[in-house]
Amino acid sequence: MLLSASPPKAVVTAEPIVCVANLSKTYASGFKALDAVNLEIRRGEIFALLGPNGAGKTTLISIICGIVNASEGAITADGHDIKRDYRAARAKIGLVPQELTTDTFETVWNTLRLSRGLFGKPADPAYLEQVLRDVALWDRRDARIMTLSGGMKRRVMIAKALSHEPIILFLDEPTAGVDVELRRDMWRMVRRLRESGVTIILTTHYIEEAEELADRIGVINNGKLVLVEEKDVLMRKLGKKQLTLTLQAPIERLPESLAAYAFELSPDRRELIYTYDTVDGSHGIRPLLHALDAAGLAYKDVETKRSSLEEIFVDIVRERS
Amino acid sequence: MNLYAIQAIYRYEMARTRRTLLQSIVAPVISTSLYFIVFGAAIGARMTAIDGVTYGAFIVPGLVMLSLLTQSISNASFGIYFPRFVGTIYEILSAPVSGVEVVIGYVGAAASKSILLGLIILATATLFVPLRIEHPLFMVLFLVLTAATFSLFGFVIGIWADNFEKLQVVPLIIVTPLTFLGGSFYSIDMLPHPWREVALFNPVVYLVSGFRWSFYGKGDVAVGVSLSMTLVFLALCLAAVIAIFRTGYRLKK
Repeated sequence: MLLSASPPKAVVTAEPIVCVANLSKTYASGFKALDAVNLEIRRGEIFALLGPNGAGKTTLISIICGIVNASEGAITADGHDIKRDYRAARAKIGLVPQELTTDTFETVWNTLRLSRGLFGKPADPAYLEQVLRDVALWDRRDARIMTLSGGMKRRVMIAKALSHEPIILFLDEPTAGVDVELRRDMWRMVRRLRESGVTIILTTHYIEEAEELADRIGVINNGKLVLVEEKDVLMRKLGKKQLTLTLQAPIERLPESLAAYAFELSPDRRELIYTYDTVDGSHGIRPLLHALDAAGLAYKDVETKRSSLEEIFVDIVRERS
Repeated sequence: MNLYAIQAIYRYEMARTRRTLLQSIVAPVISTSLYFIVFGAAIGARMTAIDGVTYGAFIVPGLVMLSLLTQSISNASFGIYFPRFVGTIYEILSAPVSGVEVVIGYVGAAASKSILLGLIILATATLFVPLRIEHPLFMVLFLVLTAATFSLFGFVIGIWADNFEKLQVVPLIIVTPLTFLGGSFYSIDMLPHPWREVALFNPVVYLVSGFRWSFYGKGDVAVGVSLSMTLVFLALCLAAVIAIFRTGYRLKK
């Protein structure tokens, strides 16, 4: 199921579209938000940047987009240095920031026109209409932004970011505080954009989101890029699940017939715990349950739990240090 | 030069004026009319003419300057402060625009608004007093230079301010007193001895004097001095704005 969610790999080429070299950022307060980050984003991919709050995700994006000055390091976007050749670099980039910052008194249509103009593009009402239709806001084009719902405002932000036809799109926490349905819509939209050839870099602290969308995943923690990996590889490494069976009655020890399975018996002898891999399907659950039946073990509850992102971070960080 | 960006900012800012028509145009016109009624008609009727100009007519250039200064500052400072306050500034910072283009867009729009306002006030003035303009070209020149200078100044304030109080404080406690003491309502020749010399440190004196000269051919200081001083203020404000964009002061972390 996880694999089927991966998009075709053909559109992804090895040539990097964003190149971050030795990037560090120390804020005036002395806080080191980024520490010698090196990262290459491939053309046409969806790259998910995972990390807990305060890890440096937004700082990294903000520097690439020109909102925050780097302390050290160099960045190119589509081959253009973001400092020396900032006009060419920025014209390629669209940014949807995490906060819903909109000009509340303005209409949707006017803010879109402003965005397109700011990025140096001549007016193109037909294109803007298409963008608004894509985000299902065409009907609300003359509405003042303050009259829109939170989900609509977020879509306005996305439409603004797309108004100048960028080839690189940054989505900073696109689904933070967004309901389930809207999250699905957002994911669909991201996939559609990628199909149209846009490279997408998104930050998230939901592992499901990265899992659902990304080709590659980078994990950032305390300003350091801890790892960058193909999603499938990473999921294999990290996607551990635990199956817990609550038994009808406590047992003394595991029956011999279950020795083939790496069950653990809980200290109170009422639960069997089985840790398995989500990606590598070799340990199916069905044969395991059959084996339990055959051994005559009755259970009253079954629970599966995925290792949380936090646990994964702890694991990764421990592993690396 | 990203002309589309300049145009986009300018149009967006001018659209804001239309939306806030009442506070940006109607309010200053009403307050200026009140000045004419009180100072021009009520008090002015008992005043002797100054340099051969009736008091009501004498205060017209000063009143226009008063509005021009305060409106330029408030328009421009609010125009750039608001995006910083609500966070929409991210878009300008991430756009392929240079500081110069941002300034032309914002300051250009703020200056346009105050020039428009100045002209409306002049038109209002003709309803109350007979007006003559001896040097219309200089009049326009002073109008444009002053609007541009103080819109730039307002832009600097809008960048410097980190709350609404600071946004108000400079216009309120510095600009308004300077304007009132800058000869809007009197010739500085009327001031007693030390204050006349002190007044020459007030930049507004030069603006009002030059502007009044373009109307009636007489000013408190020579028109050349007025013009040079105006250009000096313009250069100072430009330098401040350039420094802001060079360093990213208060715009970029």
